[in-house]
Amino acid sequence: MKESVKELNTAEKYVEFFRKNQPVISEGDPAYLLQLREKAIGLFEAEGFPPKKQENYRYTHLEPWFGKEFARYFRERKIAFDIDDLFSCDIPSLETRILMILNGFFYSNGQKGLTELDNGIIYGSLREATRRYPELVGQYLGKNAEMEHEPFVALNTAFAQDGIFLFVPGNQHLEHPIQIIHLLLSDTDQMVQHRNLFIAGKNSRADIIICDHTLSPHMFLTNSVTEIYAEENADVDIIRLQNEHNSSFQVTNTWINQERNARSRHSTITLHGGMVRNNLHVKLQGEGAHTEALGLFLIDKKQHVDNFTVIEHRQPHCTSHQQFKGVLDDDATGVFNGKIQVFQDAQKTEAYQSNNNILLTDTARMHTKPQLVIHADDVKCSHGATVGQLDEEALFYLRSRGISVEESRLLLMYAFANDVISRIKEPALKNRISHLVEKRLRGELSRCNCCRMQCQD
Amino acid sequence: MLLKIRDLRVSVEDKEILKGIDLEVNPGEVHAIMGPNGSGKSTLASALVGKDYFQITHGKIDYEGKNLMELSPEDRAREGIFLGFQYPVEIPGVSMVNFLRTAVNELRKYRGEEPLAAGDFLKLMREKKQIVEIDSDLTSRSVNEGFSGGEKKKNEIFQMALLNPKLAILDETDSGLDIDALRIVANGVNKLRRPDNAIIVITHYQRLLEYIIPDFVHILYKGRIVKSGDKNLAVELEKHGYDWIKQELDVEAKLSE
Repeated sequence: MKESVKELNTAEKYVEFFRKNQPVISEGDPAYLLQLREKAIGLFEAEGFPPKKQENYRYTHLEPWFGKEFARYFRERKIAFDIDDLFSCDIPSLETRILMILNGFFYSNGQKGLTELDNGIIYGSLREATRRYPELVGQYLGKNAEMEHEPFVALNTAFAQDGIFLFVPGNQHLEHPIQIIHLLLSDTDQMVQHRNLFIAGKNSRADIIICDHTLSPHMFLTNSVTEIYAEENADVDIIRLQNEHNSSFQVTNTWINQERNARSRHSTITLHGGMVRNNLHVKLQGEGAHTEALGLFLIDKKQHVDNFTVIEHRQPHCTSHQQFKGVLDDDATGVFNGKIQVFQDAQKTEAYQSNNNILLTDTARMHTKPQLVIHADDVKCSHGATVGQLDEEALFYLRSRGISVEESRLLLMYAFANDVISRIKEPALKNRISHLVEKRLRGELSRCNCCRMQCQD
Repeated sequence: MLLKIRDLRVSVEDKEILKGIDLEVNPGEVHAIMGPNGSGKSTLASALVGKDYFQITHGKIDYEGKNLMELSPEDRAREGIFLGFQYPVEIPGVSMVNFLRTAVNELRKYRGEEPLAAGDFLKLMREKKQIVEIDSDLTSRSVNEGFSGGEKKKNEIFQMALLNPKLAILDETDSGLDIDALRIVANGVNKLRRPDNAIIVITHYQRLLEYIIPDFVHILYKGRIVKSGDKNLAVELEKHGYDWIKQELDVEAKLSE
């Protein structure tokens, strides 16, 4: 079945579209999911898209993007291609369990929809998990990602049909990182809304890598939600590598919920993308929880990247570190909006935030806005933001040793970016990302894998 | 002749700092340029390496028959000019190894040579480190970041050893060094002296010149070289202080009135 949104870019259009396609969208859904969708579409209908200049979306007005004409499919389409031919991720010496999402649906490539290990670890298709483990999934799905005043989460909740499910039971460790490769490949402009759910039980550990790729030159719009639960003393590390082409528009909504002494680290590396909006919302729900939010974006031409973060300190003795860095070339625009919210009971909070940006041209623009809302009196919070150029003294020093202007600039940009990259734990992945960033800065990156598509213009 | 400077005038933000400098340097020579603070010593060094903050308003700089002023800073380095900075800048995130390997290979490329393989480069580094007795592991450090004053100056001479320049300009390499570090740095420079290269040592004090024995000493005062001589001029200067030069010049100025 194929449907297209026409002319009007209003929220009502989406609601109407949902009602019309509901039987197909929710085909085979267990009761709790049907209810969740109903609630979601109701909230979306009440709220609509954020209006122009709404505070949280001041520099990124998304409604026009959602009003464009995209095809949307509610059943997995068979696309005649050999994935191994088109795509193989080449991170040398990094052993991962690769899971693919193709246009919003779990792509089994001959494997099982859900893999269940002897130690209780489960990973694979979320769609299948909602049916096979209704109690487990029902306990978590939609419980962390808020839909009120979050129209993109509500919209995704109503429409999403598949994505990746990961469950690591208490005291278990994922032996190898799970690598989720989110591929867009179509014969037409297309919109995709998928959903991921990761649950890390008590004392467990999970490393997850998410790669966003486009494999055909069509326009794509993605509105995805990833819900993450870190139970008591769990340790979760997520790295998201965004490398889509310039005609792709992406909204990611990541919600992390952490219980007592849980640790999380979320890194977003944006190498390419036409318009990217990353919403990261972390709730520190238990005492002693710690989170790190890292971000690096390298953009040029007319690319636009907006990182929006909310860190909620709800309990005492929690710590949070945020570091976001951007290099902007040509007419690129960037936004960083980082909110730290300290609740009344959250004494002894430590919350730090920094945002540093380099503008390489007079026409690149960066908007940066820290927001500290503090209701406790015994806290340590700090924020700092800079927007500047490359250090002239350093540039001259390098040139005086015979290094060309271009190469000198590159070394300095790379050094700037490396601050974030150096914090990636896994050495093989760190080296790979470091290599990709260098290629990106040299303007040589047209793809970060062995795919045969030349996605960049 | 390696370097020939004729009537060089240099301004900074429309203020004339150098008011007509003449200097000739031949291969194998060591020239010392001394002078009180604010006389223009560092301006001369910066003008020679092409820092664009300094505007050359008049004069010529001829280097191996080329007009130096037409060359970019990186091309001057590739042609064999090296500046040991008075205040080496810290560059966090750029590793020493990556920086130096890039520099060495850019120079090799300019000469039409193949780049050095990683292993050969590390070997070269180990060898040159000994010249200035650097024992720390530079491979894990960023350029000048967290280096002590002495380490920074040693690092400059270490780079000189690696890049093997024809003309090295050492701008107050002795400032901020204790006597042990001074000896190490000076010994390093002496090891790099050869009949086919030249060194310009810029210093405020004669102390450094007890270790690096110059062939010529020039005294720079108010933007001009007011006195030139051999190494004994530095000794004399140390004995009488800069007031001696100032008085002598002021007397001359009065007489000419």
